[in-house]
Amino acid sequence: MSGFRIAKGGLINREQTLDFTFDGRKYQGVKGDTLASALLANGVRIVGRSFKYHRPRGVWGVWFDDPNAIFDLTLKDVSLPNCPATTTHLVEGMSARAVNAYPSAQFDIKGVFDRFHRFMPAGFYYKTFKWPHWHLFEPVIRKMAGLGHLGSEIIEGYQSEQHNIRCDLLVIGGGPAGLAGAQAAAQAGQSVILVDDHPEFGGGLYRRSKDIEGVKPAQWVARQCRAIEAAGGRLMPATTAFGVYDHNMVALAQDKGFGLAPTLWRVRAKRILMATGATDRPVTFANNDRPGVMSLDGALEYLARYGVLVGRKIAVLSNNSFVEPAAEILRRAGGEVRVLDATQGQAKALGNKVLHGVEMNGQRFDCDTLLASSGLTPVVHLWRHAGGKLDWDENLAAFIPGKAPDNMRAAGAANGTFDLDNALSEARAKAIGAPVPKQKSTYRITPLWPKPDAKARQWIDFQHDVTLKDIELAARENYASVEHLKRYTTLGMASDQGKTSNMTGLAAMAALQGRSIPEVGTTTFRPPFVPVPIGLYGGARRGQLFNPLKRLVLEDRHRAAGAALGEYGGWLRPGWYGARDITREVLRARNAAGILDASPLGKIEVMGPDAASFVNFIYYNTISTLKTGCIRYGFMLTEGGIVYDDGVIARLADNHFVISCSSSHVESVTAALESWRQDGNDPDRIFIHDCTQNWPTVTVTGPKAREIMAQLDLSIDLADFPHMTWRETRFKQAAARVARVSFTGDTSYEISVPVDKVHALWDAVILAGKPLGAGPIGVEALSVLRAEKGYIIVGKDTDGEVMPHDLGFAIPRAKKTAAFVGDRGLHTDNANREDRRQLVGLRVPDGAVALATGAHLVEKSASGLHSIGVVTSSYNSPSIGQPIALALVEKGTERMGETLTIWHMDQQNTATVVSPVFLDPKGARLNAG
Amino acid sequence: MQQFPCPFCGLRNEQEFHFAGEAGKIRPDTTRKVSAADWADYLYTQKNTMGEVREVWMHSPCAEIFILRRDSVSMAVLGVEQLRKNKP
Repeated sequence: MSGFRIAKGGLINREQTLDFTFDGRKYQGVKGDTLASALLANGVRIVGRSFKYHRPRGVWGVWFDDPNAIFDLTLKDVSLPNCPATTTHLVEGMSARAVNAYPSAQFDIKGVFDRFHRFMPAGFYYKTFKWPHWHLFEPVIRKMAGLGHLGSEIIEGYQSEQHNIRCDLLVIGGGPAGLAGAQAAAQAGQSVILVDDHPEFGGGLYRRSKDIEGVKPAQWVARQCRAIEAAGGRLMPATTAFGVYDHNMVALAQDKGFGLAPTLWRVRAKRILMATGATDRPVTFANNDRPGVMSLDGALEYLARYGVLVGRKIAVLSNNSFVEPAAEILRRAGGEVRVLDATQGQAKALGNKVLHGVEMNGQRFDCDTLLASSGLTPVVHLWRHAGGKLDWDENLAAFIPGKAPDNMRAAGAANGTFDLDNALSEARAKAIGAPVPKQKSTYRITPLWPKPDAKARQWIDFQHDVTLKDIELAARENYASVEHLKRYTTLGMASDQGKTSNMTGLAAMAALQGRSIPEVGTTTFRPPFVPVPIGLYGGARRGQLFNPLKRLVLEDRHRAAGAALGEYGGWLRPGWYGARDITREVLRARNAAGILDASPLGKIEVMGPDAASFVNFIYYNTISTLKTGCIRYGFMLTEGGIVYDDGVIARLADNHFVISCSSSHVESVTAALESWRQDGNDPDRIFIHDCTQNWPTVTVTGPKAREIMAQLDLSIDLADFPHMTWRETRFKQAAARVARVSFTGDTSYEISVPVDKVHALWDAVILAGKPLGAGPIGVEALSVLRAEKGYIIVGKDTDGEVMPHDLGFAIPRAKKTAAFVGDRGLHTDNANREDRRQLVGLRVPDGAVALATGAHLVEKSASGLHSIGVVTSSYNSPSIGQPIALALVEKGTERMGETLTIWHMDQQNTATVVSPVFLDPKGARLNAG
Repeated sequence: MQQFPCPFCGLRNEQEFHFAGEAGKIRPDTTRKVSAADWADYLYTQKNTMGEVREVWMHSPCAEIFILRRDSVSMAVLGVEQLRKNKP
């Protein structure tokens, strides 16, 4: 036991006590505590275990600068894994468990791993990939990896709000510099937003300052806040600026309390003032990972903010001029403090599990706490996100903001301005764009970096167990670039993302290679600055709000008819009606008629003086010869010659066409048409309009289709209405469009009417069909019907390599003289190959079951089996009375009658290559009537 | 997140836009013989310039296709041109 709560002071409320547990034991904290401050106040030393060696870990830092105290937290029915104890505020009834430790951080059975550390040096994980075989190590490593445990319960209502705001000046960091800058800008008439990640403003002001501008820190902070708000500024406490993105967009995560989703604010700021402060760097010495070794600034902050003195007998190990005043503050709070100059020898932490003392130059000092600081590191992450450069400052022994990104400035400790008065005047000047007065720094530092060749184990990354020896190993194995060093050793890849380890790590690499620190450089800083929930980015965009389903006008009719509705190509459509019996629906369509809601079918109008030449260019097939009132089936290709979409096109008039593309392709086909219209054509002579949703469609298909049509109020001469023609007529005093075109192989009519007439149409078709044995069919039956006829579905029976001549449509490729999209792509060496995969049908031996879709057709070659194709569609065909399949097979058309081997999930079957048209190859049914 | 000025709708967030290719590419006249190299160049070769680039973009909500001039390094937007007045 070492840390304790002092009698008064801090930003906490001692009256309001909060009970909580840690690793099963009961503790008490107060309102305003973080989990870390509450545990320190209770004298708890060991709060976790390191990732690799399971070494005991104590709290090192005080806010985002702690790599050690990470807990799985439970409060009532909410569980959250991997919460940093230093930034999570204590709530009554919280139950905390250290991650990566069992049964507790104090007694962790995997603590024995540390004895085998020689077998787990840097990169040992990568070496398991090489020799003898990764699969030997994989199960064990997978079990060991990871930190906290993800609960299986989804947190009810956990959804981040997202807001967009703008301002003239965004000030990031509510410490003295940020407060002074925000006040100056707000009073100069700018719209100002000031954000700080703490619930209270003031930043690092409390920890060192006695008075500021004549008043106590808390008074000064309150005064600044009032002034900012009075001048129209906006204060956002408990809000972390975690990333700067393109065009001056800053992302903020606003804390809403434990178990509640933080709110995302996207701020579009004209200018940004970064006043993010600085953090203490660890000192690299023997056993510097012992619980009890802490950040000096952290200890001051625990005292000032939470009223916690982290130890009773304190040693301070440092190298800079800010140490003596700090020691004095700790003494006044009741600590017995001894200051050691870290530059005057090699220190060694003593104690087995926790710190008992420190040894230096042969002398021993007893202490329960060792506060280390090898200097201040400005927090420059956001500066680098925005593309700002860093300069190495020899006098400060630190990287500071160099060449500024557009519209961004840095002030205060974040800019290397560590003296309070200087920080205030710098921030005020930069906030309003005034020149910064020349200032003198009182900060003095003797550079202190890791010394290679030391004997003992010295920690660089506390969480990931990267020691100085590991850096040496990486250098020896030539992982010398900082980016390689990081990945090889996992330095800086812990949950604090190198905030405590990167500077010492790269300084160690510099020392090992005899290079300077700026020559070695830093790794890339990337958002987020602190861990944020992934749901913050998503917000409400999930489910229907992420990918809304398109709904049919007739959905009520389908529901009433007992349809099983499912998503098909972005639409909610009937898969079938009643109990699932696809065979019944297929036979209904083949023997009488099927009635299908075909509304999602694309209906894109193309009109204008250049419409005819435009569609002739867009289509693979020649469209210019299409007569008015007629329909043609065709393909659209990519410029590479690949089949992009198939469908029919109808010519309504000389300069008016309707493109009926696949249901799931309407948006992309429309965009492609728009692209060709505007880029390469005269957009005033062609007009494109997607009216798919204006014209719901009912399809009647089957031998009784014509009889049903005859009973509808359509005024069409059915005797003079051949296959692949089109009629404009009226239904119930409204316009109606009827196309005779088939996707089943039977006589089919597609009737499209305006939205307010489609219920009447559906009801009339059902009524007329019922006595004839006709009824509704769903998309599943349609899939079988079309496959029986050998009709393809683009994207199912084709892939990113299939060209039209692979599907038996070779004539335009050979004969079409006009230019069209993809024309040249159809004559490349690849397009001309003789072993291209071609569409064929497959039949299985009598009594065999249907083939698996996706199964490979295989052939023996010298090197073993290889794939010559793949099954793309496979069904039990009710009309044929046998399983049928479509497949893409190398030289498929030359293989008619051949029996091939099918390979699927280690099973082999056979199938015979046949024509893909299983039903009515002569088209008698299609043209009947 | 970038913001692009659609000539029709004004400044909008980048998610609303769709990249359509480098500006200035002219489709070869495919009614004449086009060499494989020229076709591959048209289809696949991108200049991928560091610095100022001219690109064709589509603003999906309004379907306006336009030329965007921007800096591929700094991400600064340098200007937009309407396509119909400036055919590439």
